[in-house]
Amino acid sequence: MIRKLCLAALVLLGSTGANADWALNMPKGVTTLSAETYAIHMMVFWWCVAIAVIVFGVMIYSLIRHRKAAGAVPAKFSHSMTAEIIWTTIPIVILLIMTVPSAELLIKLEDSRDPDITVVTTAYQWRWHYAYQGEDVEFFSSLSRTSAAARRKGSGIDPETVDNYLLDVDRPLVVPKGAKVRFLLTSNDVVHAWWVPELSIKKDAIPGFMNETWFKAEVAGVYRGQCAELCGMDHGYMPIVVEVVEPEAYQAWLVNEKDRVAQVAVADGEIR
Amino acid sequence: MSHAEEKYYVPHGSHWPIVGSAGLLFLMVGVSVWLNGGDTGFWVMLAGFAIIIFMLVGWFGEVIGESESGRFNTQVGMSFRMGMFWFIFSEVMFFSAFFGALFYARNMAIPWLGGESNNFFTNLMLWDGFESTWPTNGPGNIGGDFEPMGPFGLPLINTVLLLSSSVTLTIAHHALLKGHRSLVKVFLGATFVLGFIFVFLQAEEYIEAYQHMNLTLGSGIYGSTFFMLTGFHGMHVTIGAIMLTIIWFRVLKGHFTPDKHFAFEAVAWYCHFVDVVWVALYVFVYWM
Amino acid sequence: MSATVADTHAEHEHHGPVAGWRRWLYATNHKDIGTMYLILSLIMFFVGGVMALIIRTELFSPGLQFVNPAFFNQMTTMHALIMVFGAVMPAFVGLANWMVPLMIGAPDMALPRMNNWSFWILPVAFAMLASTLFMPGGAPASGWTMYPPLVLQTGDAFPFLIFSVHLLGISSIMGAINIIVTIVNMRAPDMSLLKMPMFVWTWLITAYLLLAVMPVLAGAVTMLLTDQFFGTSFFLAAGGGDPVMFQHIFWFFGHPEVYIMILPAFGVVSEIIPTFSRKPLFGHDSMVYAASSIAFLSFIVWAHHMFTTGMPLTGQLFFMFATMLIAVPTGVKVFNWTATMWRGAMSFETPMLFALAFLFLFTIGGFSGLMLAIVPADIQYHDSYFVVAHFHYVLVPGSVFAVMAAVYYWMPKWTGHYYDERMGKLHFWLSTIFVNVTFFPMHFLGLAGMPRRIPDYSTQFADFNSIASIGAIGFGLSQLLFAYNVIQCVRKKGSTATDAVWDQPQGLEWTVPSPAPYHTFETPPTSSVKTTFS
Ligand code: HEA
Ligand code: HEA
Ligand code: CUA
Ligand SMILES: [Cu+2]
Repeated sequence: MIRKLCLAALVLLGSTGANADWALNMPKGVTTLSAETYAIHMMVFWWCVAIAVIVFGVMIYSLIRHRKAAGAVPAKFSHSMTAEIIWTTIPIVILLIMTVPSAELLIKLEDSRDPDITVVTTAYQWRWHYAYQGEDVEFFSSLSRTSAAARRKGSGIDPETVDNYLLDVDRPLVVPKGAKVRFLLTSNDVVHAWWVPELSIKKDAIPGFMNETWFKAEVAGVYRGQCAELCGMDHGYMPIVVEVVEPEAYQAWLVNEKDRVAQVAVADGEIR
Repeated sequence: MSHAEEKYYVPHGSHWPIVGSAGLLFLMVGVSVWLNGGDTGFWVMLAGFAIIIFMLVGWFGEVIGESESGRFNTQVGMSFRMGMFWFIFSEVMFFSAFFGALFYARNMAIPWLGGESNNFFTNLMLWDGFESTWPTNGPGNIGGDFEPMGPFGLPLINTVLLLSSSVTLTIAHHALLKGHRSLVKVFLGATFVLGFIFVFLQAEEYIEAYQHMNLTLGSGIYGSTFFMLTGFHGMHVTIGAIMLTIIWFRVLKGHFTPDKHFAFEAVAWYCHFVDVVWVALYVFVYWM
Repeated sequence: MSATVADTHAEHEHHGPVAGWRRWLYATNHKDIGTMYLILSLIMFFVGGVMALIIRTELFSPGLQFVNPAFFNQMTTMHALIMVFGAVMPAFVGLANWMVPLMIGAPDMALPRMNNWSFWILPVAFAMLASTLFMPGGAPASGWTMYPPLVLQTGDAFPFLIFSVHLLGISSIMGAINIIVTIVNMRAPDMSLLKMPMFVWTWLITAYLLLAVMPVLAGAVTMLLTDQFFGTSFFLAAGGGDPVMFQHIFWFFGHPEVYIMILPAFGVVSEIIPTFSRKPLFGHDSMVYAASSIAFLSFIVWAHHMFTTGMPLTGQLFFMFATMLIAVPTGVKVFNWTATMWRGAMSFETPMLFALAFLFLFTIGGFSGLMLAIVPADIQYHDSYFVVAHFHYVLVPGSVFAVMAAVYYWMPKWTGHYYDERMGKLHFWLSTIFVNVTFFPMHFLGLAGMPRRIPDYSTQFADFNSIASIGAIGFGLSQLLFAYNVIQCVRKKGSTATDAVWDQPQGLEWTVPSPAPYHTFETPPTSSVKTTFS
């Protein structure tokens, strides 16, 4: 078991690279706070590894040396106040060391004041609705057609042949790089949760309540996530795609979208 | 001291529990089917009730018989007492769930819907104009306007009734300890009569609420907590009053002695617990 | 009066079990009832396991091959409910029934008839729960956590789900009352509280947890029922309620519930390690205090399951700190077990092997628990397979391994025969290897971003899912060996066990013959504390 743990630790160590197909660890992400989240995660992880090495080390030493088959004679002791005080105090100290940066980061994560953009996000069974506050842009975002076709039981389509199987949407959310984007999250039916690992945010969408969260992406790119709260039959099929683009591209997109949304809304109504 | 007195009484085999399980099966399946809209469910449920009542009568009858024939030593009596005590504790926790819901709604959910704490946008964007108050049926005005139940009138009378029943019960208990059986009969009788009057008045209160105040189970969170708390409490008073009646008849038959009267004590504890719940109810549901 | 006395006397001295089905249906004997609990638990473990295998088979590769999403969610929900309420909890109650009276020198459980009822409610509850699989709308599919409003979309199964939870609660409450009363009221005269064996202690604490939280669960599901059928608004924002309120009430039950599943396991391990280390348990009293602290803390940490629900900041901070604190008393336990082994003279029979695997693997599960307690990190871990990895580490090589250790440890006392040691070891090694193959990769999946409760996943998660599925099938098949070992032992195929069974174990249960006679300690033992080690 200890070997397994060490092995896993080694693998984790070597895996901070970008091999997406064999990802072992939490992504470092692309926002101001995702790297800090990653750092906290690794800090706690290494504390655990360190404690494991010591505790399991002692156990294994004992298992080898204090075997009856190796001729060990049992000692008689059954308590030691000193030892007990030591092994209550040291964990407390370790825990205190962990709490300080965690609390600091949490306070930052909760501070969604003064955003540059606010997106009102409403969850539906089973798709997302985004509305850019103050702009006349709003649209539904649901599983892309290719994935939707392949996902059916007995569809005959090999998921490997589908680009971003189950992680692709018909209409992604577009936000500018370097802007503080605030999300106001609610739901139209049951509880859902909006999760994009690379942006390091996850927040529940609760019917009747409005939750807040935010991110500021520092690197342009396409980031994918999924609904993270069981919301019924198609819970596995409500992905999230966020495109982080340069601010100019964002402005262009907004203009473009304003006309398109108007047309799409009509079409949407017909489909439904 | 005889040999049996030292030995712990372990009954060998009883068919009552399995009868009880069968009763529960019928009852629960019956209610479920009924709630799902199946009419047969109602009759299955009644059958379940009947079986459970049959079981209770049979099981308690058997235990009373054993008790009266002197098979239980003091240790068995202690087991019964502890069992009853911890059963009441579990009841306390059951009520806590509903009191917890009341506190949560009043101190968290409603202020949040009104925009407090980190819920500014909840109020602004979803429930604009809703102000956090109590009593309330929520920003959706679920169930329509209603009149809340005040602390005076029937509830106050009921408080007095229940508290006096607590006193009469204690008098009966002391009388039993001193062996004044005629006093026991009078005060125990008074206790269950007070209990039944309480239930009757509560029924009146409910009728008043439904017919004249538009206060129903469906009146948002206020109606929900009001009726669930008072309803479960009323159910407990009813059970308590029935149990009081039963032990009253047992007193008439000459059961219980100053030092052996577990059933009496158990019922007394139960009733006191129900009274305490009422005091909490009166303060938090009717008054504050 | 005197006739009655003679009557009871005669009945007690000369009666073994009655013949036929009445022995089981009308049972009041703690050993019979314990046996029934254990059999039920084994059956439920297999039923829940088959559901787990359906889950794992579907998840073997991306794409939907075998089941529909709706059915997949039903399997997840039923798997968890059956494993938690059908396999693990009854297993520990069964062990308590068998062993607590033997360990404290009592003639039976304090309330034998109620003991029967606690057991016989369970088949009713599980029959109701299982019947939902065949109903319009299928079985409940909202996860074992039953969050509204989703759970309100359940079909005809809905009231059956609610009432089976009520029944499970009633059963657990009666069981807990019985165990408390037995322990408090029926100990041998010279067994003071602090002299009680650890298994008895942990069960006493567990019973209090059960009493405190099962009624709360009953209340929570009652509110679901009235919201569904009687128009109440507990979990409806428009009516002034809050869907998250259910989560609070549920986890006020749910978190202590997970300690209900682990504290008796701690007790079992605290019995086994001293026996096979040939050395008394280190720090018995501090073990008691640690278990009590864990129980106390378990009431004030529930919202660590809800860090993404939008709780106010102060709430999140409080629940983070409180949760982390639990690592301290749990650490005390782990360190004390290590100190018990330290400079002992260990031998590695099957029960000891399982206890050791428990020690290592539970600790790993505890570490991932600690990581989950760190709010900023949990925002990433939450509802991902990292959580699934965490709780299976504490539940499978934690609770389930402890049950298996206990069964191997006490089975010779129950049946009078040893199990086949070679087969026991084989079962152990296969289980331990496969349990890691199954659940370790789930850490990676979760960190890489795979949500839980999904029937199908993106292709990047394929490899680890395949490994986990292979592990699950291997682990499942290995459990057939467990069943085989138990059956062989019950059929008395092994060599005859001595009264002490092991090499000078401590405790009253080893002073009675093997197999333990139908009635034991009809008169309390005079000296209840047998210390062979010192
Ligand atoms: C037997 C069951 C069991 C046990 C014992 C535990 C133990 C712990 N659990 Fe776990 N948990 C579950 C069963 C269990 N859990 C289940 C079923 C769920 C998911 C439910 C669901 O959503 O369906 C869950 C989910 C869960 C979550 C929510 C995750 C999420 O959904 O986002 C969290 C968060 O804090 C958590 C934390 C912990 C902690 C801190 C412990 C601690 O008790 C662990 C303490 C132990 C140790 C830390 C190791 C030993 C200690 C030492 C060697 C001392 C030194 C150590 C240090 C100083 C670090 N658990
Ligand atoms: C004590 C509790 C317990 C136990 C013992 C287990 C045991 C197992 N669990 Fe489970 N599990 C939970 C409690 C438990 N689980 C909970 C609480 C959840 C959360 C549910 C939710 O999200 O609501 C969960 C969820 C859960 C999931 C996530 C589902 C999802 O998110 O969609 C998975 C996925 O792999 C899983 C797998 C397993 C496996 C492989 C085992 C194995 O250990 C099982 C091994 C046993 C057997 C396999 C049976 C015995 C063998 C046979 C019957 C022989 C026949 C065998 C063959 C033909 C091969 N469990
Ligand atoms: Cu939406 Cu899960
Ligand atoms: Cu928890």
